[in-house]
Amino acid sequence: MDGIHDLGGMHGFGPIEREENEPAFHERWEAAVFAMVMAAGRAGATGNADRFRHAIERIDPIAYLTHGYYGRWLGAIETLLAEAGMVDPAEVTARSMALGAAPNGRIAARPSPRPDRVAPARSADNRRELRQPPLFATGDPVRTAAAVKPGHTRLPRYARGKCGRILCCHDAWVYPDSHAHGQGDQPTHLYTVAFTGTELWGREADPALRVHLDLFEPYLELADV
Amino acid sequence: MSDHDHHHHPDEPAIRAEALEGLLIEQGLLDPAAVDAVIATFNERIGPMNGARVVARAWSDPAFRARLLEDGSAAVAEIGIDSGPGGQMEKLVVVENTARVHNVVVCTLCSCYPWAVLGLPPRWYKSPEYRSRIVREPRAVLAEFGTRLADDTEVRVWDSSAEVRYLVLPRRPQGTEAWQEGELAELVTRDAMIGVEQIPEPA
Repeated sequence: MDGIHDLGGMHGFGPIEREENEPAFHERWEAAVFAMVMAAGRAGATGNADRFRHAIERIDPIAYLTHGYYGRWLGAIETLLAEAGMVDPAEVTARSMALGAAPNGRIAARPSPRPDRVAPARSADNRRELRQPPLFATGDPVRTAAAVKPGHTRLPRYARGKCGRILCCHDAWVYPDSHAHGQGDQPTHLYTVAFTGTELWGREADPALRVHLDLFEPYLELADV
Repeated sequence: MSDHDHHHHPDEPAIRAEALEGLLIEQGLLDPAAVDAVIATFNERIGPMNGARVVARAWSDPAFRARLLEDGSAAVAEIGIDSGPGGQMEKLVVVENTARVHNVVVCTLCSCYPWAVLGLPPRWYKSPEYRSRIVREPRAVLAEFGTRLADDTEVRVWDSSAEVRYLVLPRRPQGTEAWQEGELAELVTRDAMIGVEQIPEPA
């Protein structure tokens, strides 16, 4: 999906702020969100990690940029718990107000009225055996797809419709684009593809830049060179 | 604190998290002790000290270095680091900095990171600033971290995703030829293993 999460190459963001001796969690609530994500997974609300990643992509886009990393996780897990019928967002809001939340505060969660049905994963191991050999070999020139569907994908906007070369194949994995939506594992070969800076960013790009992305076979076709 | 994006509306997610936590505890879905366990795990057990051990071993043992670059997951398992799915690191690839090549890691779509060797990612790694800029103007970003590269040094950015996680093997600083592995490990920083800084010569 063309979401706010797809940040690579966007202009306008400022300098990177570093923090010395940063703790693993800055505030207790961040660790609470971490624990809730783990607990919701065990309770079967998440389905699988790809569905969780997609739930982060689906949260309110303004909240995505303003609520921080664990705020994004919170929006995602509330979304999934609501979609599983385990939590009523109105009840979370009522409790938040009782704890002092502003009446018109921005809520990150965006539960769908028609959520995907995703069975809980039996294991977190996403490697799969695949009999058919990889379509591409190291060194092959490939072109990436120009467009993506509205769901989960690992092909970022800045690398669509671009030519690169296969650096290596990482064997077969669960295909996140289907797995996130409960459409099966659909084991698929995964490749690292190398792109030049000029291919991605044009003639102004750093001539000594190479960007590598891990891309699934359905995103790629053999390119003419 | 600054007016960084994470701090504009700190109360909203904090309060809502507290509300949701209370509901899940009442429903028996969340163990009230789980939050403290999470904090203890990531403060004490999983962190960049694991990655530092890997780098120090690679600097000290050429055969280990070769195995590490060939199959990162198998090599870190040799020194007791589990790169299984629970460690958010199903497959680990280690990329080596040299005099001509500098590697740096990002995840532009989310914030994928090799937890088992580096712990949880720092805030800046997860920020829109880093994720948007490092793939497009890496030299400018690296300069903000104090890393200045020669113009002809190739910059390799690894925009990682969930399946394969990346660790940078930094260059060993000069003047450490006689150092033992344990001393070397203390020189290795998290940011050098992400690839945003180089390890300076010890004073």
